[in-house]
Amino acid sequence: MGLGSSPATPAGHRQSGAPVSRRRPFDPRLLRRVPGARRQLGVLGALGVAAAGLVIAQATTLAMVLAEAAGGRLDRAALAGFLASVAGRAALLWAQGTVAARAAATVKATLRADLLDAVGRRGPGWLSGQRTGQLATLAGRGLDALDAYFTGYLPQLVLSVTVPLAVLARLVFADWSSALVIAVTLPLVPIFGALLGWQAQAATERQWRRLALLGGHFLDMLRGLPTLHLFGRAPAQVTVVRRMADRHRSATMKTLRIAFLSALVLELVATLSVALVAVPIGLRLLGGGLALQTALLVLLLAPEAFLPLRAAGSQFHASQEGLTALDDALTLLGPEPPAPTAGSPHAHRKRSTITVPATPSPSGGPTTPTADRTTAPTAEQRTARTAGQAPTGTADPPRARATDRPAAAPVTGDPDDRDRGHRPEPGRHGEIGFESVTVEYQRTTALRDVTLTIRPGERIAVVGPSGAGKSTLLHLLLGFVGPSSGRIIVDGTDLAALDLAWWRRHLAWVPQRAHLFGTSLADNIRLGVPDAPVAAVRDAVRAADLAEVVAGLPDGLDTPLGERGHGLSSGQRQRVALARAFLRDAPIVLLDEPTARLDAGSEAAVLAATRRLVAGRTALLVAHRPTLLAGADRVLRVEDGRVTEQEPVAALPREVVA
Amino acid sequence: MRLRPERTVWRLARPYLGRLLGAGLLAAGTELAGLALLATATWLLVSAADRPPLDTLTVAIVAVRALAIGRGVLRYTERLAGHDAALRVVTEVRTRVFAALAARRTAAPQRSGDLLSRLVSDVEAVQDLLLRVLVPGAAAVLVGLLAVLGASAVAPVAGLALAGGLLLAGVVLPALAAVLTRRTAARVAPLRGALAGDAVDLTAGAADLAAFGATRAALDRADARARELAGLERRTAAVGWAVDGLGVLLSGATSAAVLTVALRAGVDGVLVGVLAVGTLAAVEAALALVGAARHWARLRTGLTRVADLLAAPEGTPETPTGTFARSPGTPETSTGEPAPSGEPGDGSGAEEVARRWHCRVEEVSLRYRRPGPPALDGVSLDLPAGSRVAVVGPSGAGKSSLLGVLTGMVRPDHGRVVLNGVDLPDLPVDRLPGIVGGLLAEAHVFHATVRENLLLGRAGATDDDLAGAVSAAGLLDWVRQQPAGWDTIVGEDGGQLSGGQRQRLLLARALLAAPAGILVLDEPTEGLDPGAADAVLASATAHAGPNRTVLLVTHRLSGLDRYDEIVVLDEGRIADRGSHAELAGRPGWYRDQWLRQTDAERDYLAIST
Repeated sequence: MGLGSSPATPAGHRQSGAPVSRRRPFDPRLLRRVPGARRQLGVLGALGVAAAGLVIAQATTLAMVLAEAAGGRLDRAALAGFLASVAGRAALLWAQGTVAARAAATVKATLRADLLDAVGRRGPGWLSGQRTGQLATLAGRGLDALDAYFTGYLPQLVLSVTVPLAVLARLVFADWSSALVIAVTLPLVPIFGALLGWQAQAATERQWRRLALLGGHFLDMLRGLPTLHLFGRAPAQVTVVRRMADRHRSATMKTLRIAFLSALVLELVATLSVALVAVPIGLRLLGGGLALQTALLVLLLAPEAFLPLRAAGSQFHASQEGLTALDDALTLLGPEPPAPTAGSPHAHRKRSTITVPATPSPSGGPTTPTADRTTAPTAEQRTARTAGQAPTGTADPPRARATDRPAAAPVTGDPDDRDRGHRPEPGRHGEIGFESVTVEYQRTTALRDVTLTIRPGERIAVVGPSGAGKSTLLHLLLGFVGPSSGRIIVDGTDLAALDLAWWRRHLAWVPQRAHLFGTSLADNIRLGVPDAPVAAVRDAVRAADLAEVVAGLPDGLDTPLGERGHGLSSGQRQRVALARAFLRDAPIVLLDEPTARLDAGSEAAVLAATRRLVAGRTALLVAHRPTLLAGADRVLRVEDGRVTEQEPVAALPREVVA
Repeated sequence: MRLRPERTVWRLARPYLGRLLGAGLLAAGTELAGLALLATATWLLVSAADRPPLDTLTVAIVAVRALAIGRGVLRYTERLAGHDAALRVVTEVRTRVFAALAARRTAAPQRSGDLLSRLVSDVEAVQDLLLRVLVPGAAAVLVGLLAVLGASAVAPVAGLALAGGLLLAGVVLPALAAVLTRRTAARVAPLRGALAGDAVDLTAGAADLAAFGATRAALDRADARARELAGLERRTAAVGWAVDGLGVLLSGATSAAVLTVALRAGVDGVLVGVLAVGTLAAVEAALALVGAARHWARLRTGLTRVADLLAAPEGTPETPTGTFARSPGTPETSTGEPAPSGEPGDGSGAEEVARRWHCRVEEVSLRYRRPGPPALDGVSLDLPAGSRVAVVGPSGAGKSSLLGVLTGMVRPDHGRVVLNGVDLPDLPVDRLPGIVGGLLAEAHVFHATVRENLLLGRAGATDDDLAGAVSAAGLLDWVRQQPAGWDTIVGEDGGQLSGGQRQRLLLARALLAAPAGILVLDEPTEGLDPGAADAVLASATAHAGPNRTVLLVTHRLSGLDRYDEIVVLDEGRIADRGSHAELAGRPGWYRDQWLRQTDAERDYLAIST
């Protein structure tokens, strides 16, 4: 029985933590977000009720056994009952742990899937630098902190409700005066706990900054070791590390003295309450007014009433990390604000109706035939979106729930057939027109009122200072961002109305710094065409001038690349990105400074491969180096968000390739 | 199972054994008080049922009160004593770990931030080992022994039954729990690692996936992995919690057994109750070992890493020690207050200044990974005293590696660096910083004041010295504007500073260090706008004076016309060398870069005005 057991000591009053913010012990958003966990949590509650019943049964039978044993007799039936209730408690503990762990696994798997799905659904435009890191951490290891919350804290929380109630109910029948004392003193535990918690928090909050500073010192010193070495200070710094670690110890001890004091007070409250029950029991026993069995029952049960409350309190600290992770995840997933920026493209769309796009089309290209068909669904969808609803044409995929759908995500939405927009005939694309396109980000305007036409087969170089909006041009075509105003017309149809997955199949993209995945080199190249035969991959490898590199790898194309492509040089990584584009074999290629950051040797190889890739396709090529401008039909200059046409290369004498 | 990491901790904990022992005894006292409280209270009630005169019970009544209060107070002191002792050991471990890393000059630069953070939590594993394994474990063993002794005193058979239960609860179950925890970790850890990789791929690679229509496939892969992990967690939980269930069963069964054999042996009825209730408490105390075993199993990986780190410098010295070298681990030159808190220098700098240093880099080659491209491939440089040499080239060309070799941070595979005829490794470790130094790429700003960060360059510098260096770096006005002046706290790795201010602070520290031979500057003007960059580079170069060599690594080519020689590195080899006029006049990387930069900077200036 519990009187002798001590709840787990929170040894990890960790140095670097921030002041613990008060969170609700259970976040109701969880049930809405993870309906699969409802049943398991319900079972957990039922098990808590059953466990309380068995606490009563065990105490009752043990009291019977002990009362008989006092007379030297063995009550076999009661002993069997005692053993049965102990076995029941053992089974229940096992069941509780298992169910709690299952709930944790379900919640973690669901939240992981939802978090990662949110990236796919809302697209790269939604990811800012900070959000990327937070998401990756949360979906990776961050959520594992929930284990402690589910298996440690939550079952105790259930027991701290069911067990005291059951004990009170039992004692009302056995000895109502004892029940009364417990009913009065029991609330003192949470009340004192809260009061002391506030006191301790106020006292320790002043210490936290100091503690965080001292706790971070060791890491700071480790990070700065190369610097210390350079100045010859590393050996001398050893004593400083010792002194700071020692100061950290004394500062930690100061806060712990207060933190542990609250645990002591709570324990004393429980002990004194039990004493308040026990003293009259003893006196009545002495006076002959009470049966031994009842007295023993009260003695065994009274501490049980206080135990779960204190245990839950001591688990609370350990569960904080999990609750924080849960809160972060639910907040990230929660209903987003009404789409203020370029990340969600249609927020600032002004026109509510659409006319048949009158694209000026000097070449008389294949613009109009599809236009009529597009008008109706396009307008419908637009009104639907401005009203903040899901696009009307959406066939819900099995995993998506209607309530999760963000209001304004479709352009950046999942590329894989979620957003069934308009699909013109497949094949070569027509003209691409920008009509007064403006893109505003939260702080800056990337593009202002850009109007331009890209004709099929044109090779267009884009130049201009960094940060001028060159990449934004490409991101618009990729559908990563949408225009804040204006629109992009593809072959007579608004890009916003097109099925993005279908449209992207026309595109091959070579970013400034391609992400390489932790799979094999072949799978990295096959990114856009997962079922491409090996021969095709080899062709792409040759075209991207990567054959020599592949030959040098231990397993050739099957060599696994480390996380983020570790093991390949930047030039080689860039050529992998080119190989992807070759294999994709798309009519439009978008290249974003493919030779930035490359050394001379790699640059030549990448350049030659780029020329091969561009041949016979429409190309938009953001160029930084003069060498890339050779062979461009047109040169666009982007400066401060405005696009101007510039003379092609021949007229720029300084930039003739050497 | 070898206990090497535990032995390492034990060795470090030895000076604090008294405190640890005290904490262990207090922990045992807490458990014993709880056990005695239950036993005495039971004795009281059962005795009272026979209605003896009240005064025969007085001692027990007082004992119950004392034990009830005492248990809480004991627990409080035990927790404080345990934490105090553990934190003292952690202080010791931190110091040793830092000393071990400080002793190996060559190993440091390649460590990534993640590894360092892991090292910090590994060191904290020592605290957990003491607080959650050692102290409660020792206490549980002591309580168990005393409980068996006590029970045997009443009835030997009861003692025997109790001992059997305690062995199962305190030895068999913990061993089982440790094995299961270890096995689970071995299966779960790689899956969690893979899932973390998936998460990075799906976020950092989101644009690539979207552009190539591969998001769904990647999501499905990650989802399958998350499900697999969830399935594994469900299965292992079912097995793991069975151990806890067995523990509960064991406490009840042992109690029933003790009660039965005690009754058979004819023990007095009052004592039978005491034995039964005491057994419950004793077994429960022993079950604390299950939790301790689980913690132990989880902590071992981290502890092993710490032990490996601490064991390395004793067996294998990383730096070959030359003629006048001394053992690297003994900081006898530095006494008193070391930097960043400021400490008088050892004066070696003044002695070196008198000399002019001629440095030669001879056929240096270096390869970090094998197989892998060489970082440096047969690089030779001649740096006469007072020369101005710039090293340029694309990223990854080997520029920073060259500086690493020159400053002794990295040991080349082939070739050598000669300073005034002495091989670099033959110089004593504490003399090199006085000869070669400056600003390296991995330069760190400490979370301290501006002054403390600067004094790291030259301990004992006066405020005038500081002002001179800071002014050359163009930061003096800023420092004067700060309310706290030199005592302004700069934040974690200079987080409170702008990029430009941080860079200027680093440069000022490098200038203040003023090594006698070669001042190395790795991208000193990074993060500064073009106008400021030119001014800062000019004043920094001038600050070096006529006798000191300046070796500049830069990606910005402006201002290099004042340098004696420019070396173009490419894939670890010297691709070209000459003056600015020569290099800008012939085709190649340098001219491309020069044209591009002047173009871009003209744009920049046009926009910014």
